[in-house]
Amino acid sequence: MDWFLQQSVNGLALGSIYALIALGYTMVYGVLRFINFAHADILMLGAYAAFFLAPVVHPIIPLPSFTGAIVIMALSAAICAIIGIVIELLAYRPLRNRPRLTVLITAIGVSLFIEFTCQHEAVFGAATRAFPPLMPAADFKLGNIIISSNDIVVVVTTILLLFALWFIVQRTRIGTAMRAVSFNQQAASLMGINISRIISFTFALGSALAAIAGILYAMRAPGIEPLMGMQPGIRAFVAAVLGGIGNLPGAAIGGLIIGLLETFAGGTPGLSNYRDGIAFAILILILLFKPAGILGKATVEKV
Amino acid sequence: MHTLRRHFLLFGATAALLAVLTQCKGGSSDTILVGEFASLTGKEATFGVSSHEGTLLAIEEINAAGGVLGKPIKLITEDDQSKAGEPANVVNKLISKDGVIAILGEVASSRSLEAAPIAQQSGIPMISPASTNPKVTEVGDYIFRVCFIDPFQGTVMANFATNTLKAKKVAVFTDVKSDYSKGLAQFFKEGIKKLGGEIVAELDFNGGDKDFKGQLTAIKSANPDAVFIPGYYTDVALIAIQAKQLGLTIPLLGGDGWESQTLVDIGKDAVEGHYFSTHYSTEAGSPKALAFIEAYKKRFNNKVPDAMAALGYDSAYFLVDGITRAGTTDGPALRDALAATKEFEAVTGKMAINEKRDAVKAAVILQVKDGKFKFLETVAP
Repeated sequence: MDWFLQQSVNGLALGSIYALIALGYTMVYGVLRFINFAHADILMLGAYAAFFLAPVVHPIIPLPSFTGAIVIMALSAAICAIIGIVIELLAYRPLRNRPRLTVLITAIGVSLFIEFTCQHEAVFGAATRAFPPLMPAADFKLGNIIISSNDIVVVVTTILLLFALWFIVQRTRIGTAMRAVSFNQQAASLMGINISRIISFTFALGSALAAIAGILYAMRAPGIEPLMGMQPGIRAFVAAVLGGIGNLPGAAIGGLIIGLLETFAGGTPGLSNYRDGIAFAILILILLFKPAGILGKATVEKV
Repeated sequence: MHTLRRHFLLFGATAALLAVLTQCKGGSSDTILVGEFASLTGKEATFGVSSHEGTLLAIEEINAAGGVLGKPIKLITEDDQSKAGEPANVVNKLISKDGVIAILGEVASSRSLEAAPIAQQSGIPMISPASTNPKVTEVGDYIFRVCFIDPFQGTVMANFATNTLKAKKVAVFTDVKSDYSKGLAQFFKEGIKKLGGEIVAELDFNGGDKDFKGQLTAIKSANPDAVFIPGYYTDVALIAIQAKQLGLTIPLLGGDGWESQTLVDIGKDAVEGHYFSTHYSTEAGSPKALAFIEAYKKRFNNKVPDAMAALGYDSAYFLVDGITRAGTTDGPALRDALAATKEFEAVTGKMAINEKRDAVKAAVILQVKDGKFKFLETVAP
């Protein structure tokens, strides 16, 4: 029983990270109808931004502290938001009226470009670096179950950001404009919506989310390297498809399912070897039997 | 007969290419070209850089002392970025384009295994500084190593777990992506069973994973006395951190893949008190080792050489020893001379080459203490 509860805790914490990353995938898809594969690399850039910001912030606000961590997260999110806007401007905007496949392939190209540029010695180098502790960490014991404070932070942040996103999309003017763009770009532009501005905003928001996810990911496993985004990126992508791509709560639920499955598979002797295969088996099954995902509907209004 | 002819043809082609190249360079036949491939960047970069620095230091010393056979050695180093696929590219380049007479490298067994068939086919001796998987030298009679092999290291740790730590039940956590890890795990398990111990849990991870809590929770619920984790330092550091978070307070054991400052940099207090076997310790050195440590510190900004640096250094001297005894740099003659090594004074201890072209030498066991690696004991073969 302890084993089961502990694994559930592990899985929920891992799943929350995937959920957070999946939110970014699903939001960009909702507005632009393509998968921004560079999302996982922005996650890595977010972790590196925090890595370089930490020694700068430390003399002003001593680390590890919650204030310091929040400041670093906010700054990293801002940096990544700008990077996201620049990527959209340079790589995706010129292709806006091309077939979706062209944009998708470009996204893969952008992703590889970021990964291998960052591996270069003159940029970050390929070696793993120790990620500094940003927040005070403690482990809580509930009987035999151990919950680390980092995991609680991850879960809480994911929930808060999910609600913030939902609020932006459903309750604000710019959110209404995003939904309009996702519904019909041409019609939205005829109604006087500045499409480019909305798309830039979407990318900024998605990239800021990725940055925060990257920092939280690096806090759980404090070793960062330029390819660190690949694995969680692909899981989060599967999570977004599983939940119904374009659907925000769907991404969160998908992330939790993938995280739980991966943890339970990893913790089963004999099966731990196959835990990577499980995410993809799920992807295939979903595409076969419910292509729209768990919460996705074929005609739903998406963002 | 057929293979022999192909052998000669290849060798002839290499020699011809070498002749052409040396002509191009105008008189560079006065130098002996030695190739090196190493993980200078990537996941195992600290290993690659250390072994490269050791090798470089040795070559510089040899050249300062007048080189070998009256000629200086020129070391051509290629980076394989710790990536599969890359060793084949760079070693092909070293042999066919640069025309090196021997290859030094790699630390990681998986990547040595990739390069070895190329060296073997070209009749160019290859000396691995630190690949401990038995399969490496099984590739052929041109492949050597200056380190001990996994059966020895796995057995040493099994003995240590049983005799010193008095562990009856152990768990094994293997990196399924790495030949090194799988090899070590296998021989550890055999050793434990032979000593009457019990393997209570066997779990796997993939090198590069960041989340190990699922497996570690399963290990914890199996209630072992110790866990053997034959991985590389980055993964091991993250595993140790998560093990500590889950309240897994038993000793963690590993092999030479642990030995890197990065283990402590990332793992911090989570890696404290754990044990691993390796090739040498700065605290238990011969006069030769002490001289090497001094020279290395002087050359590389006061950095203390780790085992990989020592092995890189040994691999270069081992090659030069072979060339001196062979009196030539021709592949077959050099191979025979290297294979006949019986008493070579290496920094990492006295070694001999056995019939499988593996080095026969002692291992040491270290413990992580106050962020440093503390010498515990030497284990003879």
